[in-house]
Amino acid sequence: MIEGLLIGLSAAFSIQNLAMVVAGCLIGTFIGMLPGLGPMSIIAIMIPVAITIGDPSAAIILLAGVYYGAIFGGSTSSILLNAPGVAGTVASSFDGYPMARRGQAGKALTVAAIASFAGGSIGALLLMIFAPMLSRVALLFHSAEYFALMVVGLSAIAAFAGTGNVAKAVLMTLLGLIMATVGEGALFNMPRFTMGLMDLQSGFSFITLAMAMFALPEALFLVLNPARSVQGSSGKIENLRITREEGRQIAPVIGRQSVQGFFIGVLPGAGATIASFLGYAVERNIASKEEQAEFGKGAIKGLAAPETANNAACTGSFVPLLTLGIPGSGTTAILLGALIALNVTPGPRLMIDEPQIFWAVIISMYIGNLVLLVLNLPLIPYIAKVLTIPRNYLIPFILFFTLMGSYIGQNNATELLILVGMGVCAMVLKFADYPLAPLLIGFILGGMLEDNFSRSMQLYDGIGFIVERPMTLGLLAIAALLVIVPSYRARRAKARAAGVAEGD
Amino acid sequence: MALDRWVSFIILCAALGYGYAAFFTMDAGLPPFMQRNPIWPSTFPKVLSVLAIITALVILLGLEKSGETGKEPEIDYRRLGDYQLGQALTLLGLMVGYALLLRPAGFLLSTFAFLCCGAFILGERKFYILLPVAGFAAFVVWYLVDEVLGIFLRPWPFFV
Repeated sequence: MIEGLLIGLSAAFSIQNLAMVVAGCLIGTFIGMLPGLGPMSIIAIMIPVAITIGDPSAAIILLAGVYYGAIFGGSTSSILLNAPGVAGTVASSFDGYPMARRGQAGKALTVAAIASFAGGSIGALLLMIFAPMLSRVALLFHSAEYFALMVVGLSAIAAFAGTGNVAKAVLMTLLGLIMATVGEGALFNMPRFTMGLMDLQSGFSFITLAMAMFALPEALFLVLNPARSVQGSSGKIENLRITREEGRQIAPVIGRQSVQGFFIGVLPGAGATIASFLGYAVERNIASKEEQAEFGKGAIKGLAAPETANNAACTGSFVPLLTLGIPGSGTTAILLGALIALNVTPGPRLMIDEPQIFWAVIISMYIGNLVLLVLNLPLIPYIAKVLTIPRNYLIPFILFFTLMGSYIGQNNATELLILVGMGVCAMVLKFADYPLAPLLIGFILGGMLEDNFSRSMQLYDGIGFIVERPMTLGLLAIAALLVIVPSYRARRAKARAAGVAEGD
Repeated sequence: MALDRWVSFIILCAALGYGYAAFFTMDAGLPPFMQRNPIWPSTFPKVLSVLAIITALVILLGLEKSGETGKEPEIDYRRLGDYQLGQALTLLGLMVGYALLLRPAGFLLSTFAFLCCGAFILGERKFYILLPVAGFAAFVVWYLVDEVLGIFLRPWPFFV
């Protein structure tokens, strides 16, 4: 390993590769901050640039830098505008945005920067140590277990939606799953539920849905209730420092979530989104009663948890890519395509045949995280200037970026009409106190969930896989418990008429 | 009936329609060789529709007791008239207009108009600031997306 490290150090510390890391992080942060342009689209756009570089190490270092930068930029817009550009940072807005509205935007950004840095660095360390071992663990999972694992993830999200809200969260998840079945699936070459509309042939676009569920209602709420925006813009970004007490509070969260996020990121299909939601849910559940009440209203722990987890998971998602050649997420799938175009075949032999690529990527992760911390912290006061823009300008611009986000990906004006329609629906759902995040997560996981379900059905010739595989059965039992227990607790809590945790 | 139960009722109707399609109409065109598969394109939607119907009924019938009492919502829909509803609806209309104008009028012109009208609806009257800002922003975004990122956006109206 020492030898590999030295190879990586000498490769990554060339002037060209250092420039690649810095450029990648800068581009990623800048574009990732714009709502709607997620890491996938940015990386896809950068692939031609990376291929023209020619050197595979430099190219993947650039793309990896873009990836971290995009996640980082996405959390910035989540915190300041409640407009997550990336699904992985949706959970960061739960507590980050309330903090910003309370006038603690500076502190929230600092916490996010430190948590991301720690998550990414610890993740890189774990990647270095565990990459060979973890590949074996991930290999044990079959599609039946992936299916069960996703069900657990979805139930966990619904279960942690808040007491008395479980049915609503479950319904929203199901609605998301139903929406994911619209269009042409990979497994069956036939369009489903398109109602004969060509525009629905490829299904709903994730970005449009994300914009309609989060950015648009938020902007319209600002319009409806001007008092809200006054509150938001009053935030002075002077309190960048976090106190020793707060540091002590988030340190264990960062430690736990780096490890948990990394391991979730390793599992194909899971990734930054599940890691951040699960991290948030876990930290909320193990927090003390008083702290639990703070979650969703600007808890510092509630921000540190998803930020750490999603960065650790990004690093973790490189494990299956680099050691098995199997992309664990959409983003790493695009990276895989880029690598193949550069005549590098990731897989078990990558470490033996081309160690300089493998180790240079790992070393560049440390450098990338450092760049993001050094780049982002001093820039925080300038980034936070977004909040001082007058409401009359801010709202049209948010609406415009919302529109652009869903337009750029598809270049289709019908997408904009779908966006407005769904935005109105999201407003109604918000008025009726339905949680919107489960819908989006259900939608993102819907395709993968069905693919894995179908694959297990085919392998086991029917539904028998549930009882034949103990791990699947166990995971599904956990999922059922996750939904039933909170409802039971709600009844008990109502009987006691005691204080209850609030929904998001 | 409270709004959340109305919403669950609407979702229930949608789930019934979805379930009807999944159970009765979808499999009609299924080729014979696929019928031997343990999984059909309609299998997963069938499961989803049943679960969604059950969950919607749970909310509609109020089976799950809501824990919170007297929680102040961010915006109370019962007093919607007290808020700036007109502005919000006009902005929504503006977005629809933008969607319809984007192709024929070109990116620069429609964006400039969108930003100006949006700010005007919200009460901005300092045109000497608004017009240059909107024009500059439209150009910068177009330049970044089209020239730097390489995603084509038609800048000018269709006749230019």
